[in-house]
Amino acid sequence: MEEKLTLFKNRKRFGIEKNIDIIFKNTALVLSSFVAIILLGIILVVFSQSFESFSRYGLKFLVTSEWNPVKDEYGAFTAIYGTLVTSFLSLLITIPLGVGTAIFITEDFVPKVFREIIGSFVELLAAIPSVVLGLWAIFVMEPFFRAFFVFLHNFFGWIPLFSTEPTGRNSLLAILILVVMLLPIVTSIARDSLNQVPKKLRNAAYGIGASRWKTIFSVILPAALSGIMAGVLLALGRAMGETMAVTMIIGNSNAFSWSLLSPGYTISSMLANQFGEADGSQVSSLFYAAFVLMILSLVVNIFAQWLVKKFSLKY
Amino acid sequence: MNSLYYQKRLSRNIGDKFFTSLSVICALIAILPLIFLVTYILIKGGSQITPELFTLEPNPPGDDLDAGGINPALIGTLIITTIASIIAIPVGVGGGIYLAEYSKGGAFSRFIRFGVNVLAGVPSIIAGVFIYALIVSTKILFGSMYSGLAGGMALSILMLPTVIKTTDEGLKLVPNELRYASLGVGASMYTTILKVTLPSAFRSIATGVVLGIARAAGETAPLIFTALFSYYYITGFGDLFYEMGSLAVLIYNFALEPYDAQNKLAWAASFILVLSILSVNIFSRILAAFTEKTKRV
Repeated sequence: MEEKLTLFKNRKRFGIEKNIDIIFKNTALVLSSFVAIILLGIILVVFSQSFESFSRYGLKFLVTSEWNPVKDEYGAFTAIYGTLVTSFLSLLITIPLGVGTAIFITEDFVPKVFREIIGSFVELLAAIPSVVLGLWAIFVMEPFFRAFFVFLHNFFGWIPLFSTEPTGRNSLLAILILVVMLLPIVTSIARDSLNQVPKKLRNAAYGIGASRWKTIFSVILPAALSGIMAGVLLALGRAMGETMAVTMIIGNSNAFSWSLLSPGYTISSMLANQFGEADGSQVSSLFYAAFVLMILSLVVNIFAQWLVKKFSLKY
Repeated sequence: MNSLYYQKRLSRNIGDKFFTSLSVICALIAILPLIFLVTYILIKGGSQITPELFTLEPNPPGDDLDAGGINPALIGTLIITTIASIIAIPVGVGGGIYLAEYSKGGAFSRFIRFGVNVLAGVPSIIAGVFIYALIVSTKILFGSMYSGLAGGMALSILMLPTVIKTTDEGLKLVPNELRYASLGVGASMYTTILKVTLPSAFRSIATGVVLGIARAAGETAPLIFTALFSYYYITGFGDLFYEMGSLAVLIYNFALEPYDAQNKLAWAASFILVLSILSVNIFSRILAAFTEKTKRV
């Protein structure tokens, strides 16, 4: 009798457990689909809010640079140009520095302990909030580079890029602070992909008499190239979307200028600056600009992922 | 003749020397400013630290010589990151459990993993814009516009991909034998996950989550038009529905003020923010290295 009772109890518990199991699985399923919901939600919300501006200006918004809340005329060319120029030029400086540093810490120039310390120090720097970097840029970097900018203007003023008199904050400073932010990303990803190149390849190259740098240039770097490229693209996406440090140092001016020594604008700094006080169709135009920024960074990110998928596991 | 000996003048050896010094120069150019930056922030900010800083409200910018303290911003950062964690951790861990334990690599899970990576790359200011459109401008939260709650939601969007990824990867490292053993003695799937796989992956997940929280604590862009800023003490639960200050936004606002007193407050706030973020990072790194050494049984 008693035995039957416990059996009965066990069976009952088993039924509840089965239900809990199903509920648990479905909860996890729902929670995981939140990612997709949020992502689609972001795209939908930003696009629908920008619709008014989109239907009014169409693609003209991308190529005109008047931004005038008084006359209610909006065009984001200056900001889009600023976003592209600052992110590409900062990458141009970061790539050689970052890859060079990564090679330095994957080769055996200095004892392993030092290399590991340098490596983890660089990674730690990625954790410093960008608003703090902006603060540092305003109070330390800007005064430090002022004389150098005057020199650039005096001697290379005939190049359109340096054609304006430097006055305080400008695009070039934004590029330099972006370099500081991107270096940790590029360096640590390049280091990881260099480390993943099998030792066999290196030994084979040494074995047929290649020198150290011949090996690096013809064997190690090509083998690690896809990983490095993906890291560079991730850094590019980060540079495009970077807001605080750039907003604080770029000078925030919508007047278009080819010169890097004049104040500029990026899409994200425009959003940070104007979103709080905007109303009417300015809000819609800001959403349009945000939509452009999102498309740019989505394209870069998806391309980076495609690259990783396509070229990884080759060795 | 003596081709067996190292010859300095050989072009390949000169080239090697050249490139080696080039990479050393790269490393120096990359690392020296970074060292300078960290020490500068720590010294300049550290010299502004006073006990009153932690207890006073900031004074509104002006010619006032005394800038006050950062108490509301400090508490605000703690509250906003807590809200973000309360939202992002359950959702992220649950999603990670699904990806690692239940999904069979089909189209849905591949799409979610792809989405996680894409969401991780979405610019942080876009998260702010999204929450602004969804919550602030619609006043959906009981009629309040800018609020600490909205700020926390914006941050949770940024934390979510990190939490899912670390959970997914942490669970995948748990050996399958543990799962077989648990299921083999008759445990159901959820018991296995809650009692066996999650606990054995706990440390790696916790490390990743803590790093994610530390990163979110320093984010500014999503907060500047969701939580906005406030000069006043946070006194009660109701303050969640009003503008809330945070260290990051305080740094942004006060760095752009023309007054020296406010700038100093910004440096002090940076010191606290950087010091706490760096120490969390270093601590979790040491912990991770330690577990890796002890785990190889």
